[in-house]
Amino acid sequence: MSDNKQRVRRLQREPLTDAQMLMIISIGIFAAMYLAAMFTLKGGFLKPQMIFDLLNDNAALIIIACSLTVVMIGGGINISVGGVIGLTVMSCALFLNGTTIESSFTSIALTFLLALGIGLAFGLVEGFLVSYLEIQPFIVTLAGMFLARGLTTILSVNPVKVTHEAFLALVKTKLKISWLGYTAQNGNLIPAKIEIGAIIAVLVVILMALMLRYSKLGRHIYAVGGNQQSALMLGINVKSTIFWSYVISGLLAGLAGFVFLMHKPAGNASVAMRGEMDAIASSIIGGTLLTGGVGNVIGTFFGAMILATIQKIIALSPLNASWWQEMANGAMLGFFIILQSVVLSARSKGRIKLRNKQRKPAAEESPTQVK
Amino acid sequence: MQNDIVLTMRGICKYFPGVRALNNVDFTLRKGTIHALMGENGAGKSTLIKVLTGVYPMDEGEIRIDGVEGAISIRSPQEAQTYGISTVYQEITLCPNLTVAENMFIGRTAGKGVDWKAMEKKAGELLDNLGIPARPRQQLGSCSLAVQQMVAIARAVDTDCKVLILDEPTSSLDDKEVEMLFGLMRELKSRGVGIIFVTHFLEQVYAVSDQITVLRNGELVGQFDVKDLPQVKLVEKMIGKDLEDLSGIKNTARAVPDGEAFYAAEDLSSSESRPFDFHIARGEVNGFTGLLGSGRSESVRAIFGADPVTGGTVTVDGKHVKITKPLDAMKHGIGYLPEDRKRDGIIADLSVRENIILALQVIKGMNHPISRAKTEAFADEYIKALNIKTASPETPIKSLSGGNQQKVILARWLLTHPQYLILDEPTRGIDVGTKTEIQKLVLKLAEEGMSITFISSEIEEMLRTCSRLIVMRDRKIVGELTGEELTQEHVMKTIAGGEQ
Repeated sequence: MSDNKQRVRRLQREPLTDAQMLMIISIGIFAAMYLAAMFTLKGGFLKPQMIFDLLNDNAALIIIACSLTVVMIGGGINISVGGVIGLTVMSCALFLNGTTIESSFTSIALTFLLALGIGLAFGLVEGFLVSYLEIQPFIVTLAGMFLARGLTTILSVNPVKVTHEAFLALVKTKLKISWLGYTAQNGNLIPAKIEIGAIIAVLVVILMALMLRYSKLGRHIYAVGGNQQSALMLGINVKSTIFWSYVISGLLAGLAGFVFLMHKPAGNASVAMRGEMDAIASSIIGGTLLTGGVGNVIGTFFGAMILATIQKIIALSPLNASWWQEMANGAMLGFFIILQSVVLSARSKGRIKLRNKQRKPAAEESPTQVK
Repeated sequence: MQNDIVLTMRGICKYFPGVRALNNVDFTLRKGTIHALMGENGAGKSTLIKVLTGVYPMDEGEIRIDGVEGAISIRSPQEAQTYGISTVYQEITLCPNLTVAENMFIGRTAGKGVDWKAMEKKAGELLDNLGIPARPRQQLGSCSLAVQQMVAIARAVDTDCKVLILDEPTSSLDDKEVEMLFGLMRELKSRGVGIIFVTHFLEQVYAVSDQITVLRNGELVGQFDVKDLPQVKLVEKMIGKDLEDLSGIKNTARAVPDGEAFYAAEDLSSSESRPFDFHIARGEVNGFTGLLGSGRSESVRAIFGADPVTGGTVTVDGKHVKITKPLDAMKHGIGYLPEDRKRDGIIADLSVRENIILALQVIKGMNHPISRAKTEAFADEYIKALNIKTASPETPIKSLSGGNQQKVILARWLLTHPQYLILDEPTRGIDVGTKTEIQKLVLKLAEEGMSITFISSEIEEMLRTCSRLIVMRDRKIVGELTGEELTQEHVMKTIAGGEQ
């Protein structure tokens, strides 16, 4: 091959990978949906605050969706995250109400560590069972989910409202940005408000995106999800990779519990009920494949935002009823899964055709590529 | 010991329960040579490779490698790599969802982070250097199999590689891709890498190798320079007997049997094949021939209903029938041994017995289970009849050698007593001895009245067995040869087309 050809080769733009393709689709759909809502429903959708509300209300969902994305890229699943949020919220609420520590900072810090500790414990045990004992992740985390829900109910059958003043003050703490605000009818300037939880959620997305892209663990998770056997042959410690993906997932679930409590400071046996399902839906809509190896948290973020936007649109429209929302979510999920399989099979078909062409001796072309 | 020797294996022995897989085998590899490791299935090639790469511990013997004082012990593939022994397997062992560059470097860089820029730059240099037509940022899954194979090799040689083992690297590549791979092998050779090349293809051995080591039944037959060992001699050494057996098979054209066609199709087409006419008489052996991708496999798949049938009329035994799925074909007495044994043939985790019984059970229907005793009797009968080498009928089929797996699939169909059997590449990737056995079996079955369609990439094989050859080119039937026309020259001309 001549130098010239090589140079041309180097300059060529790479075609989109499957993961990028699916992520771009979900970003596009989010943008289209949001724009449509701006034009038809107007009202709240015209204010920047709407975006912040979506973030504020769904911070915990975004975090557990990231948690799910990490394990799903590794070829696993974790359906205990909703239960872990429930348990974390209840434990933290009881701890805050019962604490006798004077320093409010210490008690809140301990609450935070408690939340992370619960998530970590679940992650460690589930990760160990899935990776080292090679038990089906679905079964392991199903057990984890039942356990977490059961423990939550044992802690308290009745709802527990947080009465800890310092924590309630924290709940009310919001980042205010006046230039993104709007003027109310009485002439007062109402600034845009962002909750701490929303900031944490965005940080988690960024952190996980960096982890998946630039850390060895992240790349190993992709490799293991893509082909476990190959990953092993490539010298990757498959078991420890899977183990750490569940530990991260568990930790994020605990963090999500704390964020949830900061949004709604009350424990309840049914907190984040089916949260894991929304998280799975967000991941899939964001372009994560259940088969593993493909996906990223940026897509997941937009997946969660799509679900959140649907919820908001239905709440603001005359159709406001929970079943409409469920159906819209279902339809959206179905649509995405069909779209994914169509896009991916079209791409792989393109590849197959190409390979056939190469078999003919005359065909001369580079080993790529597909539209 | 000369100092251009990079690897010495002395007196290697490896026992498995009941089997002596390697008995006192010696092997010497020189720097900058391509050394073919040849032998029939079960000769011990894979075992020797696995001992060398630390997959199996050896029971006796010693391994020495250039640059290391004394004998070494290799306990895992990772450890083998630290000694500079890398392996590229037949199946691609890379991750298709990652980029080319990542596949070359993942799992073997220091530190906790990934420096994409440096990695892609390094990958690009290595790819250019070796002349591999892949781009660092390309998703591996979008490369052709040959390029994926080459990326695997690039990964292997980037570590300080002294010994590169290529285990059947060409089995899923076409001619052009094989040439590309050979180019890369020669390049590595010129850099002083010692390459162990395991393959079934004789011509490829002669195209690229410098030396040949032949194993048979776990024992060393000898180590030869390629120029001292003509192809005929090599085959003799591999099967350990003279070629009389091969030439003993009728080489003269067989007459096409008269009489009614058992199976006839008009304008038969499937989702993968163009409309074609076809017929076969009782006791006839015919064959489809043509280049890879000419549509020969697609045609027989259409006959069996393996691809969705889209049109045409089919007559079996004088009656109009509809064959749209394999079960229809089976019910009309048609059997099909598929081209891709691993994917369409064997069920890897089931035992030999269960694999044999499969087709018969399907024809009978799940409501009429065959008793355990009967299945055992059937299995024993066919293991004996076809001389299948297996530890027991309950051994999982995946642990058998390729040739024996093929015989099991053959047994599966013979058990259903088909009247028409389609064999698509039954001899591909199996040893010469079993090939001969299968060809003999085909002729015997035909004499007993079975119609057989036989496909093989080796034209001589087809000439030996078939009385009629259907030649395909570009998915169309371009000729039918019988009698006097059945010569290699004639077949080639028809395949190639044109007047001369």
